[in-house]
Amino acid sequence: MDKRIWMKFSGKRSVCIVVLLREYVSSKTINKVIQVHDRIFCCMAGSLADAQAVTKAAKFHLSFHSVQMESPPLVIAAASVLKELCYKNKEELQAGFITAGWDMKKGPQVYVVALGGMLVRQPVTIGGSGSTFIYGYVDAKYKPSMTKEECLQFATNALALAMGRDNVSGGVANLVVITETGVEHVVVPGDKLPRFHDE
Amino acid sequence: MAAAVATMMPNLGQQISSKNDMIPDWTSQEVSTGTTIMAVEYDGGVVIGADSRTTTGAYIANRVTDKLTPIHDRIFCCRSGSAADTQAIADVVTYQLGFHSIELDEPPLVETAANLFRASCYRYREELTAGILVAGWDRRKGGQVYCVPIGGMLVRQPVSVGGSGSTYIYGFMDSNYKPGLTKEQCLELTAAALSLAMERDGSSGGVVRLATISEDGVERRVILGNQLPKFSTH
Repeated sequence: MDKRIWMKFSGKRSVCIVVLLREYVSSKTINKVIQVHDRIFCCMAGSLADAQAVTKAAKFHLSFHSVQMESPPLVIAAASVLKELCYKNKEELQAGFITAGWDMKKGPQVYVVALGGMLVRQPVTIGGSGSTFIYGYVDAKYKPSMTKEECLQFATNALALAMGRDNVSGGVANLVVITETGVEHVVVPGDKLPRFHDE
Repeated sequence: MAAAVATMMPNLGQQISSKNDMIPDWTSQEVSTGTTIMAVEYDGGVVIGADSRTTTGAYIANRVTDKLTPIHDRIFCCRSGSAADTQAIADVVTYQLGFHSIELDEPPLVETAANLFRASCYRYREELTAGILVAGWDRRKGGQVYCVPIGGMLVRQPVSVGGSGSTYIYGFMDSNYKPGLTKEQCLELTAAALSLAMERDGSSGGVVRLATISEDGVERRVILGNQLPKFSTH
């Protein structure tokens, strides 16, 4: 199981942040963040087999769509592709997704595709087994219009708290910052995560 | 409690097929204090808090429940899990503790009350569904919080949360609690944490009931729904 947080914050530099944690039982980090296009990332939740199959199909559809339109795809297009696949095959699949990225039309966006195929845009969203422990923290600490540094700190803190409580989340926190200008990966190993009073 | 209504219906519901749309599911469900409960120690006493929702399935049987139950003058318990089980256990412990206190001819220790809860919860662990926080003040150790979760473990903690809504506020608690808070800070922390949990947990809601227990006595207060701390909505 794993955990991820997606956030977006506004401002001239529009960014989204993705974080993920490794599986407890595996010995290396499993990459659950798939880049489906230059400025669009997709985070998987649920049955990893289902999720991988769906994102691979979505990646293909999206690149085809992008060639046809002769322009980079919109984030909502990527999310919709996933949603179609999830909804049409809802009986067989057990996978949820968080799609985040930047496009020219609406700037930074975060979309969540839930288990049955619902598509919803949210400014911030969390998912995975460890997410239940940080709903209160995210509700309390999230403010619209945070800067990139505040957002990174918020995401790292939230992850550290969830990892502290969820037995199947842990290891390394991977964060990705997506802006108009590019994509930046930030990796925080377990021992560098923020500590709280109970440790 | 409105549990009487729920208990009168079940026989009817079970004779007719459970797929019958005329009989709602909740008429045959057990009464549960779904709940979020919390207790925090501070120097000189404890602050305890709880939400006020009791559910039978999807129906809210009581929206103004008092889950903070006095066991003795300076000892309270916060109840979560099955309403019937926790009420029964609390009654038993109140009796046992009252008797013990008369024998001793002095106020009982919080640790004693906690151990009485643990004894009942552990012995009958297969039959019971009860998660209880025991909190109070005594002369020997001051303010204390003891956690007796389902299964019958006993552990003392400076701060403890319980109930179905507690999972949502572990992160908030871990980041906001520090040792050495004042009574006012504890009250604010408890009210904020309970509000956050009530926002997210379907089995928690209503009003926030708080109580402060110290050498001077017990002080109770209620925060109504529209007065709860508000957080950014997204």
